[in-house]
Amino acid sequence: MRPWHARNLSRAGLFAVALFMAPLFLPNEYYINILILGAINALIALGLNLLLGYAGQISLGHAAFFGLSAYATAYATTRLGLPIPAGMGLGVALSALVAWLIGMPTLRLKGHYLAMATLGFGIIVNIVMNETVDVTGGPSGFVGIPRLALFGFIFDSDRSYYYLTAGVLALAALFSLNLIDSRVGRALRAIHTSERAAQTAGVDIAGYKLFVFVLSAAFAGVAGVLYAHFLCFVAPSSFGFHFSVQLVVMVVLGGMASVWGAVAGAFFLTALPEALRGFEEVDILIYGAILVSCVMYMPMGMAGAASGLRRRLGRRRGGGAPGAPGSEEGGHAG
Amino acid sequence: MPDSAPLLRLSEVSVRFGGVSALADVDFCIEKGAVTALIGPNGAGKTTLLGVITGMVAAQHGRVELDGADITALAPHVRARQGVVRTFQNLEVFANMTVLENVMTGRHALVRYGVADSILRTPRFRAGERACREAALEKLEFVGLADKKDILAGELPYGSQRLLEMARAVAAEPRLLLLDEPAAGLNTQETKSLAALIARVRDELGITVGLVEHDMDLVMGISDAVTVLNFGTVLASGDPAQIQANPDVVAAYLGG
Repeated sequence: MRPWHARNLSRAGLFAVALFMAPLFLPNEYYINILILGAINALIALGLNLLLGYAGQISLGHAAFFGLSAYATAYATTRLGLPIPAGMGLGVALSALVAWLIGMPTLRLKGHYLAMATLGFGIIVNIVMNETVDVTGGPSGFVGIPRLALFGFIFDSDRSYYYLTAGVLALAALFSLNLIDSRVGRALRAIHTSERAAQTAGVDIAGYKLFVFVLSAAFAGVAGVLYAHFLCFVAPSSFGFHFSVQLVVMVVLGGMASVWGAVAGAFFLTALPEALRGFEEVDILIYGAILVSCVMYMPMGMAGAASGLRRRLGRRRGGGAPGAPGSEEGGHAG
Repeated sequence: MPDSAPLLRLSEVSVRFGGVSALADVDFCIEKGAVTALIGPNGAGKTTLLGVITGMVAAQHGRVELDGADITALAPHVRARQGVVRTFQNLEVFANMTVLENVMTGRHALVRYGVADSILRTPRFRAGERACREAALEKLEFVGLADKKDILAGELPYGSQRLLEMARAVAAEPRLLLLDEPAAGLNTQETKSLAALIARVRDELGITVGLVEHDMDLVMGISDAVTVLNFGTVLASGDPAQIQANPDVVAAYLGG
């Protein structure tokens, strides 16, 4: 038996192994790109899941936090000539700081003010990215961002970059699991269900909401700097309202309040447009149809469907015990 | 009794919602170690008064003192940490958590480890979590739900959810426990065992209880003191026998 407090560590370890093995099953190197983007999106979705899935607070501007840090490190490492780690730190700190500034006034209020504030914020950030051509390069984007190098090692191959993002993602998953499985996580879930009951348990609801909002912006910030130093090019169109909504869909489709659901939702929605590319003109129709049927047949998201399936299989196995010998059990190794 | 200060003292509390006066110049005390009931017809302001005590309703005028200290300006969660904890008339259990997690959440303010401890699973985290778990189990045993600890709270029957709310509240180790209509929706049998449980909260755990309740048998059976509210003002205060004999009360409430 593993000790109870190491359970999340072994889960995240298994996840890391799965991520590291994934490239072995790819038909060609092009797909590594999709895996990297999937891992970066999953990182944002993990943070958004803490905010939306657990604490029940909606942000419609997470693409902006993602973009802010991407542009910040782009600017810092080119125009300011800062070393890459410093630029990355600056980017993440900026996203977190801006989230704090937005959250301070709005999260003290009851109601969906955060959704409105982040909606407006996201749109404003996108306009600024487009209009301040001197700083951001405007609509045509910011070019010439250096590829990531840490401690003298240059991540110039896509494969090495994938292993880095996969490692960061696995750590972020462990971080999330451990956070949720603690008094902090219980407080967040309590706020989601009943703010009054959370208060009477001594939970500072405004404080926790602010904390988790800043934390989720920091997750998006980490994703942003990884994105910038991977593509070496950023443009405003990647950080618009459409992407903010897509991030929310990743969390909801994956299954609210599930770490693995958020990860699965992110990878699924990243890969789906690529998989549908062969259908040319009707791809957007199929995309829509798949999303609609997901919501219809998996109202609790992928995580909910998976646990439902597991329960059903378990019941069948348990029910068939007296008469039939359990032949199917031999095949599974877990 | 008169020489020891009351645990809770409200003086000249007034609350208005728009033009409607919910409470007008209310003085109210809860003595240490007693069960004090707050009764009155619907709309008399009982739940509002509970809100003023916990800080969930802001009073336009007046003062709330806990054990002599002014807590009028404190936020609800700060008051909870100082020992003012309540349950709710419309059950507010955390339906998506297990029964045990609900009670552990009740101890939120008593668990002393930070975010970094959670992430790194430090010895401090492990010790804190283990202690929290044990204390929560103890409270579940106290209300008789220990065997249900791993069930989702939302799947419990109604009566058990009431008990769970009680366990979650006493898990915070309050000085003052406020129960907002704890017998609402319970059958006679369940109400009887609730009365016994409230008495045990007072006697075994030494927690002072404030009780808002409509069930007169319950109120008169377990209360040490009763205050009657009517139209936002205090109509009468006294022990159950005095209240039952008070003609004003009979006219306004019991007889009506």
